[in-house]
Amino acid sequence: MNILDLLKSLLSLSLGDFIRRNFGTGPGTELLIDLGGVVILSTFCLLIVIFLIWLTRKIVARMQDRIGPNRVGGRFGLLQTVADVMKLLSKEVIHPAGADWVAFNAAPLLIVISALLMWAVMPFAPGVIGVNLNIGVFYILAISSASVMVILLAGWGSNNKYALLGAFRAVAQMVSYEVPMILALLVPIILASTMSTEGIIAAQTLPFILFAPVSALIFFVSSLAETGRTPFDLLEAESEIVAGFHIEYSGMKFGMFFLAEFLNTLFMSGLVVTLYLGGYRFFGLENWVSADGYPYGRLIGLAAFFAKTFLLYFIYDWIRGTLPRVRVDQILNFNWKFLVPLSLALVFFVAIVDKLIPPGTNVVVRMTIHLLLNILIAAVALELLRRRGRQNRLAMSAGGGSGGVEAVAGHGGGHDDHGHDGPQPIEDVPDVLDTPLGAREPVVIPVH
Amino acid sequence: MSQQIIFFILAAITLTSAVVVVTIRNLFHAALALMVSFLGVAGVYVLLEAPFLGMAQLLVYIGAISILIIFAIMMTRRLMQTNESPFNAQAVGALIGAGLALAILFIVIIRFYPMAPGDGFGQSAMVVDPATLQSSVARMGRSFVSAEAYVLPFEVASVLLLAALVGSIVIAWPHRGEEDNQ
Repeated sequence: MNILDLLKSLLSLSLGDFIRRNFGTGPGTELLIDLGGVVILSTFCLLIVIFLIWLTRKIVARMQDRIGPNRVGGRFGLLQTVADVMKLLSKEVIHPAGADWVAFNAAPLLIVISALLMWAVMPFAPGVIGVNLNIGVFYILAISSASVMVILLAGWGSNNKYALLGAFRAVAQMVSYEVPMILALLVPIILASTMSTEGIIAAQTLPFILFAPVSALIFFVSSLAETGRTPFDLLEAESEIVAGFHIEYSGMKFGMFFLAEFLNTLFMSGLVVTLYLGGYRFFGLENWVSADGYPYGRLIGLAAFFAKTFLLYFIYDWIRGTLPRVRVDQILNFNWKFLVPLSLALVFFVAIVDKLIPPGTNVVVRMTIHLLLNILIAAVALELLRRRGRQNRLAMSAGGGSGGVEAVAGHGGGHDDHGHDGPQPIEDVPDVLDTPLGAREPVVIPVH
Repeated sequence: MSQQIIFFILAAITLTSAVVVVTIRNLFHAALALMVSFLGVAGVYVLLEAPFLGMAQLLVYIGAISILIIFAIMMTRRLMQTNESPFNAQAVGALIGAGLALAILFIVIIRFYPMAPGDGFGQSAMVVDPATLQSSVARMGRSFVSAEAYVLPFEVASVLLLAALVGSIVIAWPHRGEEDNQ
């Protein structure tokens, strides 16, 4: 009887209730449940990375017309990552001469800790969440901004100028892209009028991506930059530089950075799902409670959450497999001159419009108004970009073609917008270099 | 009881790292210790049921100000290599100053912020309604923009920040004729 109860609790993801029923409620039991939850959650996160690395390698291999891992662990190479981890663990621990011992050794630990801490507020299923903070989204932002510090630690501690340069570049990129990310996050917070991750999911009777597609896109792009994925992966551009800020790390210490990167990518996929795609919602089935009181719907919610999350993860890999890398000045210009103004305008108008809609309006009407607003803002932004691009091209062609350094330098210190949306090439201005990012500057390698 | 244990652990972390900040010779390590100290303060905020303040501490002090400090240290090469003692001959004066500040704080807290009615010094914690805590962020947001509360200080601070932002852009703006020499 007790075993059956245990099995049912396991299946309905309510082990905590089982423990409370059998051992009574008290501070000791709660402590046990909390500690158990921490152990289960962090172990799960660490183990799923093994699967994620295999998945990424397989997906990217398919996109690049390769087979990918296919030797260790059967036809599909399922155990390849396990073998890789064994290799990393058995490697020699190397300390560079003159490295700062504290910083060098603390960085790999802290980066994994900060990656794991964020999972505390990720809602997997109704009631299955580490802790339902009422400032959940803000907590995520705080932890992720603190993890920037760790990169600086790693770069400094290695006693290597390339590592330090890599760290500076990484910090510049991550601090910059935090701004549009936070601003984009404000939109679902305004729509749900709560910062709790569970509260945001509860508010999504319709997924917020229908309310705020522009905000979702901005958040997605900046999360690419925050996690250092393609096309913003110059933190460790494998084909150009060796490794960026973790160049001196080897063995499992390098593995820790790798782990944190994959963990962060999966977390970002989960966050996009939570904020914009309704999280664990699946047509109300996730709240189903069976007749004898076990919330089996949680299992459906969990499945829905992971299905959506892995779909997002596939899109991250898709981008990784297909898009080229962009230059560092293009990354920063795209952020400060396009994403930040756009997201500022978006937050401003969404806040006003949401206040103007009387409370109690039908959710579909509210969604339609927000969607129209988003389309309007996106159209205005694209039109501004198009005009700017045309002006720049005209100035360039008047000033002596695409290689005209003078023409560009006389243009206010690289003041042109780098529209990623690629305005259509204009026929009457030929022989203009039209890169995919619409960059019109000559390639000048900055010497720092 | 458990709260007090956690408080003492946090206080120990905060104070120890604060002492390390001012005594250690390596400036980079001093900056790291300063971060740990900030982290301890954030923990105290969380313990005081002010998680928003704690996270703001984390975001602003560790995520922004510490990075600024560390960048400043890294950019000044000579600063990193000094190995001078961080002490000077003003220990007595500093002690007197710190003692006076402590005394003033002690008197102010005892006289003007008494414990819950009926409680003596250091007996029991004040009980706060959980519903109040749950809505504390929303109430804080409203009090920032309501005329009865803090709208004037909030706006003054906003204008100050805006002025700083404009000022930094003006300083960084390339002057005419200086564009070519990078």
